[in-house]
Amino acid sequence: MRNGMEKFTRLIAPACPLDIVNLNTDQLIPARFLKIPRAAGLGKVLLHDLRFDADGRERPDFPLNRPAWRDAKVIVGARNFGCGSSREAAVYALYDYGIRCVLAPSFGDIFAGNAVQNGLLTAVISDEEARLLMSMLAAEPDRHVDIDLEQQTVTCGDRAIPFAIEPVRRTRLLNGWDDIALTESFRDRIAAFKTADRMRRPWAVPAER
Amino acid sequence: MSGMSTLFDKLWAAHEIARRDDGEALLWVDRHYVHEGSFNAFGQLKARAAGIAEPGLTFGIADHYVPTRGSRRSIANPEIARMVRTLEENTAVHGITLFGLDDPRQGIVHVVGPEQGLTLPGLLVVCGDSHTSTHGALGAYAFGIGASEVAHVLMTQTLWQRKPKRMRVSVDGRLTSGVAAKDIALSVIARIGADGATGHAIEFAGSTVRALTMEGRLTLCNLSIEAGGRCGMVAPDETTFAYVEGRPYAPKGAAFAQAVEAWSTLRSDDGAEFDREVTLDAADVAPIVTWGTSPQDALPIDQSVPDPAREPDEARAKYLRDALDYMGIRPGTRLTDIAIDRVFIGSCTNARIEDLRAAAAVLAGRASKVPGLVSPGSSAVKRRAEEEGLDRIFRDAGLEWGESGCSMCVGINGDLVAPGERCASTTNRNFRGRQGPGARTHLMSPAMVAAAAVTGRLADVRPLLAGRKV
Repeated sequence: MRNGMEKFTRLIAPACPLDIVNLNTDQLIPARFLKIPRAAGLGKVLLHDLRFDADGRERPDFPLNRPAWRDAKVIVGARNFGCGSSREAAVYALYDYGIRCVLAPSFGDIFAGNAVQNGLLTAVISDEEARLLMSMLAAEPDRHVDIDLEQQTVTCGDRAIPFAIEPVRRTRLLNGWDDIALTESFRDRIAAFKTADRMRRPWAVPAER
Repeated sequence: MSGMSTLFDKLWAAHEIARRDDGEALLWVDRHYVHEGSFNAFGQLKARAAGIAEPGLTFGIADHYVPTRGSRRSIANPEIARMVRTLEENTAVHGITLFGLDDPRQGIVHVVGPEQGLTLPGLLVVCGDSHTSTHGALGAYAFGIGASEVAHVLMTQTLWQRKPKRMRVSVDGRLTSGVAAKDIALSVIARIGADGATGHAIEFAGSTVRALTMEGRLTLCNLSIEAGGRCGMVAPDETTFAYVEGRPYAPKGAAFAQAVEAWSTLRSDDGAEFDREVTLDAADVAPIVTWGTSPQDALPIDQSVPDPAREPDEARAKYLRDALDYMGIRPGTRLTDIAIDRVFIGSCTNARIEDLRAAAAVLAGRASKVPGLVSPGSSAVKRRAEEEGLDRIFRDAGLEWGESGCSMCVGINGDLVAPGERCASTTNRNFRGRQGPGARTHLMSPAMVAAAAVTGRLADVRPLLAGRKV
C-alpha cells in the first residue's frame, strides 16, 4: 500500500544473480497465482515455475534456491527484466519475498513504473557491469552488495559501480512519497483542465446511447 | 525544435494538465477500462476509503476469468467465480457501467472498446493490461498500467507520466497473399528485439499500414508491447472514421462531423522528427512463426530454427539453448517439420471478425488434424461469425467453437494447454508457461494457425490458399 511505502536510502544485503534475458512478468508470477489476495503474501509464488518443478519440489540449481541467495534482498538481472504483462503482482511477489532492489541493464516500462509505486528500486547498469557483478557473486556467493541511492552506486567488494534511475523515481523512493497525495494538490488545475477540455473536445466524452 | 509535431506529440499536448520541473506531467485520462484483474486497485481504493472521480469515463468488462468453453451459467471453480463476482460488485458499488458475463456487449476489453465506439481517435486510453496499446490503432494514446496507477486513475482521472521517446515504424509496398498484420508485427519484433522499443511511443506509418483495415491495425498496435513499446498508434484516416461512425458510444450527427474535423489534424507533420526510425518493405514480409520463448524468436516459415553450436556469442548461444530446450525442438530443425498437438484461435491480438474469416477461408471443406479451440474476440464477433456461417466451418473442421474471453491466451479461466503440448496460437506471448505450465506456444497469424491445423505441423499457408477466395 502506497500510504505506508517504505523509504529507500541504503541497503547492504545478499544479492542473487539471475542471468535470464527477457525475464518476463509471467515468470516472476505465473498467471494462475494472480487470484491470491495481496494480504496473503505473494513471496512464496515468486518465480514459481523456475524455482519449483512440476511436483512442487525445489529445483536445487535455481539461484534463489541456493543457500547463500535464499535470503537475497537484491537481484542482479539481465536485459529487459520484467517485460510483458502489466501485472503489478510481479512487483508484489518480489517485494513480499524480500527483494528491495533489482539491478539490470534494462527494464520493461510498465514493470519499472509499478516498482517505484511499491518502494522497489530498479537500478540500471550496463550489460558489462551486470556480467561483472554476476561473476563476482558466483565466485563469492556470500558477498553482500552495498546499494546507496543517494550516491547512486552499487558497491561489490572493491568495485563501486554507478547506476542510473530517473530523478523523479529516485526522489520518490528516497522520500517514500505517494503520488495520490501529490495529485490532490493539483485538484484545482485538474478541474480547470476538465472544464476547458469539455469545450475544446466535446466529442471526447462517451455519447449518450 | 523544428515546430513540427509528431502524432504522439499532439496527443500528449492535448492531455497535459501540468508539468513539473523534473519532467513528469500530469495527464488527463479520457477512457479507462477495468476487468476482473483490477481487484487490487479497487482494494487500494477501499483501504483509503476513496471514491471514483469520473465513474462515467470508466467501463468494466469481464474477460480475463470468464469461461470460454461450455456453459457460462455456472462457474465450477469457486475462486474463478469469485473473480467475476468481485468485478460485478466493485463496478456496482462505484456506479461503473459493466459489460458482464451475460451482457451482449461482453468480450475482450481490447476488442470491445473499439467495437462499442468507446475508444476514439484523439483519446488517452488506459487499462490495467499491457495490450492496451491495441487501442492506438484508432489514433489514440493508449497504454497499459499497473494496479497502483489504476487506483490513481479511479481516484483522480489523471496519471503522472514521463514523455516517452518517439519511434516511427514505416512499412511500404503491397503485402503478398497469405501475409497479414501479424506477420508485419512479428517481423518488426524479430528485427528490433523484445526491448527494441522500450521507452518509446511507436507510430506505424507508410502505405502498407494505410492500406490495412482497422482489424489489421488493431493487431499491429496490440503487439507494440511485445517490442517493449510504451504504446503503438496509427494516424486516423477515412478507414478509421468509417469504422467509428455509427458505433454505440461514438459521437452522432453534427457532433461526429465536428469530431472528424478535429481528428483529421491528428497526424505527424511533414518533417516532424522521430528519435528512431525503422523501415520495412512489405514485399519482404513472409508468413512468420515463433520458435522460441519470446516474440522476438520469430522466423519466416521456410526457415529452420537456429543452432546454438553455430552461434559465436556465448550469451546468445545460451539463450538459444534454453529456448530450444524448453520448446523441445532440436537445433537446426526446419520449422515445417515441427508437429503440433493443438491450435488456438482467439485473444485480443487476433480474434476479430476478419481474423476468423481468414482462418475459416483456409479451413473451409478441410479437417483439422489436431484438436483446437476458437474463441471469438467478443460476443458481438461471435454473433456476426455465426450469421456468416463461420462457426459451421470451424465445427466441421473438428474445432471447438467457444465463447468470448481471454481464454487460452493466458489460461487463467482454466482453459490450458497441457504440459509438454505444442500449440499453434494466434495469441501474443510465447513465454514459458504462458498457456499453462510446460505449454509450448508458437505464435502466428490466424491463417497460419489454420494451415497448422489442417497439416498437423507448422506450415506455409500460401499453397493452401490456391484457388480460394480470401
